[in-house]
Amino acid sequence: MKRRFKPPKLTRVLLYILLIAGAIFYLLPIYMLVATSLKSYAEVKLSTMWSFPGGFHLDSFKQAWFGDPSKGTMGLSSNFINSLKLAIPATIISAMLGSINGYVFSKWKFRGSDVLFTLILFGMFIPYQSVLIPLVQTLQTFSRTFRPLLNEILAWKAPELLSWLQSLIATYMPMYGTIGGLVMVHVIYGIPITTLIFRNYYAAIPDELLEASKIDGAGFGGIYRYILFPISMPAFVVVLIWQFTSIWNEFLFATVITNKADVQPITVALNNLAGSFIVEWNVQMAGALMAALPTLLVYILLGRYFMRGLLAGSLKG
Amino acid sequence: MRRLDKDRLTAILFITPSVVAILLFVYGFIGWTGWASLLKWNDLAMIAKGKLFPDVPFAGMDNFIRLLTVDQRFQVDLRNTVVFTLTFIVACLGLGLMMAILLDQKVKGEALFRGIFLFPMAVSFIVTGVVWRWLLNPGNSSTGPVGVNLLFKNMGLGFFQSAWYTNPEVGFIQPDSAIGGLLNSIGLDFVTTAKFGIPFAILSVVLAATWQMSGYTMAMYLAGLRGVPEELREAARVDGATEFQVYRKIILPLLKPITLSAIIILGHISLKIFDLVSSMTGPGPAFATDVPAYYMFDTVFRGNHFARGAAIAIIILLSVAVLVVPYLISNMRSEVKR
Repeated sequence: MKRRFKPPKLTRVLLYILLIAGAIFYLLPIYMLVATSLKSYAEVKLSTMWSFPGGFHLDSFKQAWFGDPSKGTMGLSSNFINSLKLAIPATIISAMLGSINGYVFSKWKFRGSDVLFTLILFGMFIPYQSVLIPLVQTLQTFSRTFRPLLNEILAWKAPELLSWLQSLIATYMPMYGTIGGLVMVHVIYGIPITTLIFRNYYAAIPDELLEASKIDGAGFGGIYRYILFPISMPAFVVVLIWQFTSIWNEFLFATVITNKADVQPITVALNNLAGSFIVEWNVQMAGALMAALPTLLVYILLGRYFMRGLLAGSLKG
Repeated sequence: MRRLDKDRLTAILFITPSVVAILLFVYGFIGWTGWASLLKWNDLAMIAKGKLFPDVPFAGMDNFIRLLTVDQRFQVDLRNTVVFTLTFIVACLGLGLMMAILLDQKVKGEALFRGIFLFPMAVSFIVTGVVWRWLLNPGNSSTGPVGVNLLFKNMGLGFFQSAWYTNPEVGFIQPDSAIGGLLNSIGLDFVTTAKFGIPFAILSVVLAATWQMSGYTMAMYLAGLRGVPEELREAARVDGATEFQVYRKIILPLLKPITLSAIIILGHISLKIFDLVSSMTGPGPAFATDVPAYYMFDTVFRGNHFARGAAIAIIILLSVAVLVVPYLISNMRSEVKR
């Protein structure tokens, strides 16, 4: 048994006081968010913003979700759904790409592959301001190229059964001002981090395991399919959580690429809501809580994996 | 052997799309931005022609020279970014290390505390900005104190009330003070101006950013502390070291690489910070909370000054590269050695 130094009682008490003070600092904003969101309209007053809610009301929440037709404000519900339409496919594609890249950069090294990998890693650290203007120019060129095609597809009188396909294509066509454009951007700029996490994960798997199956005749695809992929789950969970959280929370690309309200993700819509003078602060707080909930939920349920993604971001994973 | 060559080729084929995408969208676009920063591309007419590349004459280094010598807003932004980066890093390192050491004392409910300290990381900077804008809203004559000011008032700590991010003042060394006089006499009189001061408003943004990111440094330090072998601590204690000395002399020196990683991660976040400023304060009073990334967005997407924005972007990129590239290279070297 290890004996551990036991500090005297008083320092012990002080220790807990400091920890609790720290906890209050981190929880204060969340308390205010939740308390405000749960108050009824009658209770919402700036002078009592710190008091407990009197009951369980969802007035502010409803208004943030559905909007207020009398004031002409839009609700965040459609933006919430846009964020899901954006984050889910982008996350899945990123994870698959990252897995393949990580496999190659850890198990199929070639001359210069380490340098290439470092070059890719640098993409993780660049300030996106330095690619923003070309990105918009490129996506607008995509728009000019794809728009006629898209119009043709949309003009086609599809049978009832296929009309969903038309709207799917319209949503995911990669161009300026569509969710598809934003998906493409997140997949591309997600390559460095996803490749890094998978590469570190696969690097820890002994090469002997692969050598044995190579002798048995397994090739590039076989080794991945039968040996690495089946044990990749932990890395997939880390990458999926990491990408989902960052894409859900992202703002710069979203605000630059989605120029119309009906395609904007929730971060952009929340920022607009908070900048509007006709929206009351309690509705803003409810909107903020709504935007925070999905990632908070992921964090609460899968915090362990979230941590791993975080620490992988500091390279030595 | 032939089988292996075919497999190697397949492997290269599979990473080609990613490599090409990164080459184009990272390196190609950076080059493109660099080229744009050298143009006289400062109005909308030039983009409206529907071309991929604008057809505009060269301006040489004019955009950079203007920013660095004439542009008052950019000079203020540079000051703000330096103040923001330094205070943010110091606050996150200090708070993170303190919390990690506290949690390292075998406390009850460690997992809960850790969870509470770290959860802001899961939230968007936009949410943080929107919430802290209300928390640090100083209120006005019709509302009275609100947010944190109201909380201070309720707790009888009214003297802590502040104008927060609406405070236009800049603190700097006064030229008529003792230190100011000394600086003036040795020819450093430019230091005793607002250009080298601390805009108080930006400290509110630093507070919000620290709320969000300090849990991250806590997690990094805690992982580091857990990696220090118990035998090492035990040996020092047997030699009669107090608990304070164990940390000071043995553990903290071992945490240096973590501090370095944390400085690089936090530094590159703060040099390009945009979301938080945008949702919390915008440029602020007299540009007191303006930062280069915000100016870049503003001037490109609201003012159509593409070349100026590109020049700002290149300056941000260079500042981040100075921080990150040596780190990446040393990381690669140490891996090759392994």
